[in-house]
Parts: sequence; C-alpha cells; structure tokens
Amino acid sequence: MPLIRAFLAIIRRDLLLAFRRRAEMANPLFFFVLVVTLFPLAIGAQPNLLQAMAPGVIWVSALLATLLSLDSLFRSDFEDGSLEQMLLSPHALSVLVLGKIVAHWLVSGLPLLLVAPLLALFLGLPEQAMGTLWLTLILATPLLSLIGAIGVALTVGLRRGGMLLSLLVLPLYVPVLIFASGAVDRAAGGLPVGAQLNILLAMLLAALALAPLPTSIALKMSVN
Amino acid sequence: MSWESFWYMGGYAAYVWPAYGVTALVLAANLVWPVWQRKQLFRQLAIKQKRAQSK
Amino acid sequence: MSWIPAPVSRFFHRTSSPPHFYALADRFIPWLTAIFLLLLGAGLYGGLYLAPTDYQQGDSYRIIYIHVPAAWMSLFVYVMMAIMGGIALVWRMKLAEVMLISSAPIGAGFTFVALVTGSLWGKPMWGTWWVWDARLTSELILLFLYLGVISLYGAIEDKRSAARAVSILALVGVVNIPIIHYSVEWWNTLHQPATVSKLDKPSIHITMLVPLLLMAIAFKFYYLIAVLQAAKLELLKRETSSQWVKNMLEKQA
Repeated sequence: MPLIRAFLAIIRRDLLLAFRRRAEMANPLFFFVLVVTLFPLAIGAQPNLLQAMAPGVIWVSALLATLLSLDSLFRSDFEDGSLEQMLLSPHALSVLVLGKIVAHWLVSGLPLLLVAPLLALFLGLPEQAMGTLWLTLILATPLLSLIGAIGVALTVGLRRGGMLLSLLVLPLYVPVLIFASGAVDRAAGGLPVGAQLNILLAMLLAALALAPLPTSIALKMSVN
Repeated sequence: MSWESFWYMGGYAAYVWPAYGVTALVLAANLVWPVWQRKQLFRQLAIKQKRAQSK
Repeated sequence: MSWIPAPVSRFFHRTSSPPHFYALADRFIPWLTAIFLLLLGAGLYGGLYLAPTDYQQGDSYRIIYIHVPAAWMSLFVYVMMAIMGGIALVWRMKLAEVMLISSAPIGAGFTFVALVTGSLWGKPMWGTWWVWDARLTSELILLFLYLGVISLYGAIEDKRSAARAVSILALVGVVNIPIIHYSVEWWNTLHQPATVSKLDKPSIHITMLVPLLLMAIAFKFYYLIAVLQAAKLELLKRETSSQWVKNMLEKQA
C-alpha cells in the first residue's frame, strides 16, 4: 500500500537524518543524566530521601529531556521547506505526521530506556521497581512525543517558540507524570501496578488515534 | 445583626473580605479594561482620520 | 452545511457579521447589566446577611459564594472556548474566533479568583495558605492552560492564524481537562490519605444554597457582559479600516 510505504519512508528518512547528526541525538540523553545527577547534589546524599524521591526525579527529568528534544521534531523540516512538501503530498497528512512522531520517539524516547537502570542505581531505586520503570518508560515516552507534537506544530512558525512550547505542553503532561511516577513509586513499595499501567496504555492508544489530527491541522496553520 | 458584627464576620473578617475584594477587583478589571481600550482606540482612529482629511 | 435549515443559517450569517453583532451587543449590554446587578445584589444579601452561620466553619464559609461559582465558571468558560474553537475551525467563522479569544482572559480571571479565594478559605480551615488539595491543584493546572492560550495568541502575529492555533489548543485542552482532573484526584488520594478536603460539599441548608445558585447565575451574566465588551474591542481592532468602523467614528465625532 502506498500509504504504508510513505509512512515507512518518512521514518527511514528521519532516522537516517538523525543518525548523521549523532552528537545532537545524544544531547537529550546527557541532559537526562545530568538533571538526575543534580538532585543528590542539591538535596544531599541521604539514601532514604533519594530512594523516596527516585521515581519522581527520574520522571520529571525524563519529561524535561523529552521537552528539550521536541523542538527538533519539525524545526529543520520547517526551515528547509520539506515540511511544505509533506503538506502537498497526496497521502493523508496525519499518517505522515505519525511517521515523524514515531521516528522522533525512536531517536529520543527509546534511548532513555538505556540509561534508566544507571539512574535507578544512582538514586537507589529498589530492584523490584526496575521492571515497572522500564514499562512506564516504554508506555509513556511515546505518549510524551505524541502530545508534544501538537505543541511543536503550533509553535514551529515562531522564531522563539521554545519557552512557549513548554508552557503549552507541560500542563498536558501532568496525567502522564502522575500515573507513570505513581506506578514506579508503588512498585518500589511492592504494591501492584496493573491499574496504572493499564491507564497509561489506554492513554497511549487514545493519543495514537487522536493526536496526529490536531498536529496536522496545526502544521497547516503554521506553514501558511 | 449590627453593622459592626457584620463587618466582623465572626472573627473571619481577615479572610472573607480580602476574598470578596480580590474577586471584585479581578472581575471589574476584566470589564473596565476592554471599555478603556476601546476608548483609546477610538481616540487614535479619530486622530488618524483627521490627519487623513487635512492632507 | 446543507443539514442546517436555511432560515437558521441566514440568522447566523447576519448575526455574525461584525457591524450587526456590534450593534446587537450594544443593545443587550444594558439589560444584561441590570439583570446581573439584581442577581448579584440578591445573592450577596442572601449569602452575607440572611444565611445563617455555619456551625463548623463559622462565618469563613461565606467565601463559598464566590469561590464555588468562580470555580464552576473557570471550567464553563474553557468549555465555551473549546466550542467556539470547534466552530471557528469547521466553519471559519470570524465571530467564533473573536468570542474564543475574548473569553480567555475572563476565564483566567475566574480561575485566579477561585485559587485566591480557595487559599483564603483554606488558611483558617487548614492552617496554611496552600494545601495540595485535589481541587486547588486542578484549578492551578487549569490556570496554566488559560495562560498557554493567551500567550500563544499573543505570540503569533497574524491574528487569523493565531485564532486557528488557539482553537486547536482549546480543543486539545478540553479533551485533557477530565483526564487531568481524575489523575490529580487519584494522585491526591495516593499521597495525602489523611487530609480530607474541607472544601467538600457539606449537606448544605436551603438558605445557604439559594444565594449560592443566585451568585452562580450572576457570574454567568457577568461572563456574558464581559465577553461582549471584550469581543467589541477585538472586532474593532481587527476591522479598523472597514467601512462600518469609519461610519461609527463619524457618528461619534
């Protein structure tokens, strides 16, 4: 099917572009680790305190790292005009947009999984919570990319949209933050987390279905 | 009930009256601001029009 | 739009033409103001004077007559904005855009009022100015949503694109509000099982309830007046060079 082929082509192109700029790709990851490192320095290295705060600290840092990487979602395409080409293509724009979001998540969301164990170790998160931390990262980081894409599409036409972007997107991230860090927190205490994971999954599916449409409408508005 | 005990609010005057005051201020500002802005705009437009006519 | 009967769509087209709407607003505002003042007077008299003192909270509960209506309005205005946004996106109706953006500062005002009065009410009840109570927290996030709408509109120079952007944001926000609300509620029960929200609805007596409802309706009328005033300004700003504005200027001079 040509639509699926176009979808895959977009992902392949974005991954290729990202791979050529490997240094840039690693930045959100460094940022993630760096922010988490700041907390023990600011609060003091009491193991109990750090352990209690670990889920929240990791998740707030993941949120900020994703926010930082969002700008690259449409920025370069907007500047070199390939976004306009995408809008003119005969394929459904929502699907192409979804392709871009998937590529963005593969580049900036998925690597967070790799460093998560390291951070859990730094903060003394109990081992039994590790699996849940991974699961929440897998479920919730694509959610962050999907919601963030709407904000980026709204602000990509602005010269200095960075601050505004965080103002628009962070309030919408609140439920993700609550359920994801709540799940990790409960897992650390040995409690069941099925409900939280199910809610995150439901939110992810809803966002997959709903978010690309406003994103594409907003992109059309921004390009005009 | 006397006026005095009305203003006293059973000892909660320091909370009740500021709450009503802030509300009145915010709501009044949202009413007065557009009216004032509109007057400013009319004044500017009138000046512009006069200039255009005198040319 | 064939499924809308012709007279209805004609009515909408006429009402939504800027000069017609402007004149209509001018005609309605005095009446709305009269009704608002009447309701406000009755509500305040009933709430501050007639209603008895609460046996638990003393007279501090009287903040309810502005806190609860303001909190209701903060949600109501956001939903109205989303509806206007939907109309603006689907039918590209200018008037809906104007009403949407005129509503934002008013809604933000109501949200701010709900927060401040909640804090002023909480101080004697909880002993501190701020508690991470579920309702106050959701209200705070709602304020952020309003501020996002206002600053996005301010940031985009072309006001028609700005209105489209804001419409999308309002719709996205309105889908998120219930999710945010329930997640915050869940979070609240998780982290603070001990604090029972003292702002919870008590089984309210009828002499206390009637003024509350009066105030709630008064706030609705206030919103109508304020949004019409703001919409008049926004219309003028957008159409400074059009003929009807020029005619009006001449009439005023």
